[in-house]
Amino acid sequence: MSTETLLERINAYENRADPYPLYAELREHGVAQQNDGSYLVGTYHEIAALLHDPRISSDVRHRSTPDAARPDALPPSFIALDDPEHDRLRRLAMRPFGPPHSPGRVDALHEDIVEIARELTDGLRDRDRIDLVDDFAYPLPVTVICRLLGVPHEDMPELRGWTNTIIASLDHSPGEDPQEKQRAGTAARMAMGAYLGDLAERRRANPADDMISALVHDDGPEGRLDKPELMTTLTLLTIAGHETTVNLITNGMLTLLRHPEVLERLRREPELMPSAVEELLRYEPPVQMLPQRTPLTDIEVGGVIIPQGAPLFLMLASGNRDPLRFEDPDHFDPARRDNRHFGFGSGVHSCFGAPLARVETQVALAELLRRLDGPRLVEDPPPYRHSPILRGPRHLPIATDVRAGADA
Amino acid sequence: MSGEFKSGRIVIVGASLAGLRAAETLRDEGFTGELTLVGDEPHPPYDRPPLSKQVLLGRVPAADVGLPARRQVDARWKLGVRASGLDPAAKEVLLANGERLPFDRLLITTGTRARPWPHPEEARLDGVLTVRTVDDASRLAERLDAGPRRVLVIGAGFTGSEIASACRERGLAVTVAERGPAPLVGALGGTLGSFAARLQRAHGVDLRCGVTVTSLLGSNGRLTGAELSDGSRIDVEVAVVALGAVRNTEWLDGSGLAAGPRGVACDAGCRAFNMYGIVTDDVFVAGDVARFPHPLFDYQMLALEHWGNAVEQAEVAAHNMVNPGPLRRPHLAVPAFWSSQFGLNIKSVGVPTFSDQVTIAQGSVEEGRLVVAYGYRGRITAAVSVNRAKWLEHYQRLIETAAPFPPEPGAADRPTAPRVMASDVPDPKVLSHGPTVALTGHLPDRRLAVLRPMA
Repeated sequence: MSTETLLERINAYENRADPYPLYAELREHGVAQQNDGSYLVGTYHEIAALLHDPRISSDVRHRSTPDAARPDALPPSFIALDDPEHDRLRRLAMRPFGPPHSPGRVDALHEDIVEIARELTDGLRDRDRIDLVDDFAYPLPVTVICRLLGVPHEDMPELRGWTNTIIASLDHSPGEDPQEKQRAGTAARMAMGAYLGDLAERRRANPADDMISALVHDDGPEGRLDKPELMTTLTLLTIAGHETTVNLITNGMLTLLRHPEVLERLRREPELMPSAVEELLRYEPPVQMLPQRTPLTDIEVGGVIIPQGAPLFLMLASGNRDPLRFEDPDHFDPARRDNRHFGFGSGVHSCFGAPLARVETQVALAELLRRLDGPRLVEDPPPYRHSPILRGPRHLPIATDVRAGADA
Repeated sequence: MSGEFKSGRIVIVGASLAGLRAAETLRDEGFTGELTLVGDEPHPPYDRPPLSKQVLLGRVPAADVGLPARRQVDARWKLGVRASGLDPAAKEVLLANGERLPFDRLLITTGTRARPWPHPEEARLDGVLTVRTVDDASRLAERLDAGPRRVLVIGAGFTGSEIASACRERGLAVTVAERGPAPLVGALGGTLGSFAARLQRAHGVDLRCGVTVTSLLGSNGRLTGAELSDGSRIDVEVAVVALGAVRNTEWLDGSGLAAGPRGVACDAGCRAFNMYGIVTDDVFVAGDVARFPHPLFDYQMLALEHWGNAVEQAEVAAHNMVNPGPLRRPHLAVPAFWSSQFGLNIKSVGVPTFSDQVTIAQGSVEEGRLVVAYGYRGRITAAVSVNRAKWLEHYQRLIETAAPFPPEPGAADRPTAPRVMASDVPDPKVLSHGPTVALTGHLPDRRLAVLRPMA
């Protein structure tokens, strides 16, 4: 089969459960031009070079054929902007979240995360069959992000609907009307932005002990986010703040159940968990690719000139399995050293919420290993969600032995 | 065959960052023999970067800067005792207490010490300090706690500038005297030097460039003021001497090694040269005290006072000490260092002084966020970022591949072709502080080593 259809094959739902052979094929081809004029890069060192190259834009408005269906009713969030604007917005959003201005924010959540994970596993106690996604991996990060930002938990179903529509609008699948998906995505973005903007207004009048309140009352030297910036930034933080963690936890449990010897080792050596989560981020990254990059000038990569304005896809999950960078890359090694994976990207756009995602996943998996007795996969592969970009199971049915009596 | 490398007696002289990381690497690499570390300070290894930053701000107590152990090293520690000599024929290190330590292989990581104020009597005045050790930093932090009316910082290299920054952050009046034309100019050249000068003044530093301190004045043994070469006189209670570092090589006098004021010369594999330029195979060097050839900088010998270099070179040295020739590795890391001062994060890759031109590749001086790229004869040799550190990996790649200078335009935050200017790196002799990065010529022999300033 030719390279022309590689992206289509990666996007095809039947390949969702195991895209890794396609990534191996991509790495064989080097920089792969697709028949729609886009370029795929799947080798580690080339991806690293492009992630750090200031001539690579994250703003799709720089493409030679911008998405006509996307009206500019709201400005892009910082994930889709370049420096210096990206830097300014990200910095303002970081002030209430992390160092140097709020070094204790994530640490302070640690106890909460443990408590939430315990409550959720308490609910699984007497069941011999669970769906890890609906029963644990989804509610955990959602509860955490709501508590962090200060979003009322009862509004989450509505936010979940918007989130799903926005994510669906990010990729194209054959047989669907891309314009219709884009329009739906834009409408969802507007609705979610309006909801979060209103919430921020309420916190401005009545501050609470949450990040939105800190954001709208911040008095830094560079001022505050204006209303549209606040709407897009909060939408980004809300979606990115849980969506990828759901997949990371689910992919994590799936991977451990496929590697029972590693699961047992982690039960014996819990101190290995941070390193195991890093390996997970390499082995099954929740963000498989960055589909929105564009060269601002003709750029040579691996002997190929990628022209200015061409859609450029950086295949992070493929780079994570590049044998030129990682020894025995298809082997899941929870104690792997020298593991500079692309699980959180790299460069100026590297994951904003990485410290939170790490803690959540470490706590979640440790708690699941502690509480689930004899967990087994019910179906392998499990049913996947549609997105090839934010990839993870839709359900993960697990059978367990029900223990007699309560367990602390 | 490999057994002989993994056993025997190894002595490490110098128990700071490089010495500790080397000891850990030796054990990681399977060395099972006898390991001895000698350090002239009484403290276990500690981290120096916070000493001119968080410790002076009172955020971290001086006692809390110990280096975390990566693993058990199972070594004999001889702390608080100075090495006084090396007998390469007998393969013994001589200690100041008369003890002799026999070794099969030796690693020298004795680093540097603060260059003292040149007038011993003035240097003894109460209130005259340097900052190199944890005890120094602790003393200065105490002085700053007492709220002196004015602090004088002599020398505006990185250490002096960081100290001035800490003083201003604590609301203390501070005068900085620098013999060169601007702060940091010796390390970063004219463009960032003038940026640093504006920055210091905007933060209320009384910055005086092109002057030297001619004498420190005292009364009853206490510092009361200073006289400057422009005839002015200031009243100060505390003076911090930040004139750069002196390499700790005197103990090697007479050892026959190529050791001198610029450091101990070694090859790319960290093996020390003797004074005839013949490489040894049982004496290794790493960290601030080493000078080693680097292919990216015309194979000139480099002497670096960088945290990252101490770690990387120590790891290479340790690896090579316990592995046979074919498995040995070169120390080729691109030099890198960082500084935080006046609310800014400054980070450098490459060797900025190895340059003839510079250009602002990203951002702008006005924004206070920028990347300056440095070129030498048409290729990129260094880049320095101000609050833009995440971009530096790109420039490191350009430096490693000897990419053309100026870098191709088209960066999102610098769309048009930038202006190229002279890099304006002064002769280190015009500075009051020593260079933190020194190019020290091509030959290992100390008598032939010359400092080659880049015009």
